[in-house]
Amino acid sequence: MSKEENILSVSELTGLIKTVLEESFDEVFVVGEISNFKAHVSGHWYFTLKDANAQISCAMWRGLNNYVFFTPQDGMKVIVKGKLTVYPPRGSYQIDVRSMQPAGEGELQAAFEKLKRKLAEEGLFDEKYKKPIPKFPVKIGIVTAIDGAAFRDMISIAKRRYPLVELIIAASKVQGEGAANEIAASIKLLNKRGDIDVIIVGRGGGSLEDLWAFNEEIVAREIFASKIPIISGVGHEIDFTISDFVADLRAPTPSAAMELATPNSEQLFAFIDEFLYYINNRIFEITSNYKDKIEHLIKSYGFRLPQDLIKNKIQFLDSLLYRFQNGIESKFNFESNKVALLAHKIESFNLEKTLKRGFTLIKQNDKYIPRLKNFSKGIPVSIKFFDGEIKI
Amino acid sequence: MAKKNDKNFEQSIKRLEEISNQLDKEDIGLDESIKLYEEGIKLAKYCYDTLKEAELKITELKKEVENSIRED
Repeated sequence: MSKEENILSVSELTGLIKTVLEESFDEVFVVGEISNFKAHVSGHWYFTLKDANAQISCAMWRGLNNYVFFTPQDGMKVIVKGKLTVYPPRGSYQIDVRSMQPAGEGELQAAFEKLKRKLAEEGLFDEKYKKPIPKFPVKIGIVTAIDGAAFRDMISIAKRRYPLVELIIAASKVQGEGAANEIAASIKLLNKRGDIDVIIVGRGGGSLEDLWAFNEEIVAREIFASKIPIISGVGHEIDFTISDFVADLRAPTPSAAMELATPNSEQLFAFIDEFLYYINNRIFEITSNYKDKIEHLIKSYGFRLPQDLIKNKIQFLDSLLYRFQNGIESKFNFESNKVALLAHKIESFNLEKTLKRGFTLIKQNDKYIPRLKNFSKGIPVSIKFFDGEIKI
Repeated sequence: MAKKNDKNFEQSIKRLEEISNQLDKEDIGLDESIKLYEEGIKLAKYCYDTLKEAELKITELKKEVENSIRED
C-alpha cells in the first residue's frame, strides 16, 4: 500500500523537521521578553523568550554569553540573534542564541530599578551598615582599569594630597564581558590581604552600557560583604549605579573618591603650624605665671628662703622665658613663608637643645663662625650660651 | 629620618591634639607643661618631616587577581 510506504518512524519525521527548520531558520533575529532565566553551573544560559501569545525555548552557550555585557533578568525585553535547532530526543526546538542585546536603553533602566528595589528591600543600602572612612589611610586598595584615565587621575590626586599613602591597585576590567566578575574578585582579594584601610571602586565616564558592570548584582553583593570600607566613584556626577548605593560612601567621580579617601597635606601642615604657635604661646604663659607667683610669694610673705635657692629658681624661669619668647618671635612673621619658617623653627629648636647641653656659638659681625678658618683675630666676638649672649 | 608611613603618623597627629588639650588645663604643673612642650616639638617635627619627605608608592596586584579567578 502506497499509504504504508509513506509511514515514517518518529526519528525519520523528526529528522525531516530538523532539516526543514534548521535550513529555513539558520539566522533569525527575535525580540521577546525573558522568562525562566537560568545560568547553569556549566556556564550555559537557558531561558524562554515570550510575548503575549507565544513562547520559545532558548539556549546560549558559555563562551558566547561571555560577550553579553549584562546579566539578563526575567522580564527584560531583549533582541537575540541565533539559529533554530531541533533536539530529537525530546522532539523540541529552541533558539541557539549567538548574541543578545537589550531591546532598548529603557530595558537596562528597568533592570536597574528592579535590582535596586530588590537590594533595598534586603537592606543592602541601609545606613546602619555604612562603615566609617578612616582619616589617615596607610594603604588604599583601588579596583579599576590599570591603563584607564581614572587611575591616572587618582594617582595624581594622591600624590598632591597625601603622598604618605600606598596605593594597591587590583587591576580589573571595568566594562564588557567578565568585568563584573573581575571587579568582584578584586574586592574579595583586597579583603584577603588584611592590611588595606579603604578601597576605591570606580572608573571614568561612559554610556549606561559602559558603566553596567557596576550595576551587576555580583558586584553589589561583594561590596556589601567587604570588611574594608568602600568608596565608589563611577562615571560622572550625574551617574548613579547600584554600587554607589551599596558602597559606604559615594563619590561623584573617581578623582573625588581619592579626595574623600585622603587627608589634605596642606591642612596637616597648617595644623602642625597652629600647634607650634599655640604651644609656644601657652608655655610662655605658663612659665610667666609661675614666675609671677613666686615673686608674689616672696613679696607678700617675706619668705626666709635661702637667697640662692630663690635666685636659682628665678634664673631658671628667666632662661625658660627667654627661650619661649624666642619661639614666639619667630612666629610673628609666619604668614610670609610658613613652610620655610617652620623648618627654621625646628632647626632653631635643635640649636637650643645643643646650647642647653653646654655648647656655645661664636659670632663675629653678626655671623656665626662654624670653622677656625672663618675666625678673624682682633674683631669683637660674641658668644651665645643657652641662657644668654655676651660680647667680648 | 622620617619613617615609612605606618600608624605612627596618625598616632602622632592625635597625640599633638592631646598635648594641646593637656596644656590648655588651668592647673597644669610647670614640669609637666615643659615635658609636654618638648614632646610636642619633637612630634611636630616628626610629622612635618614624614609628610614632607613622603613619596607615593604604587603596588600592583594583577597576578594574584588572576589566580583568585582561577580558584573560583
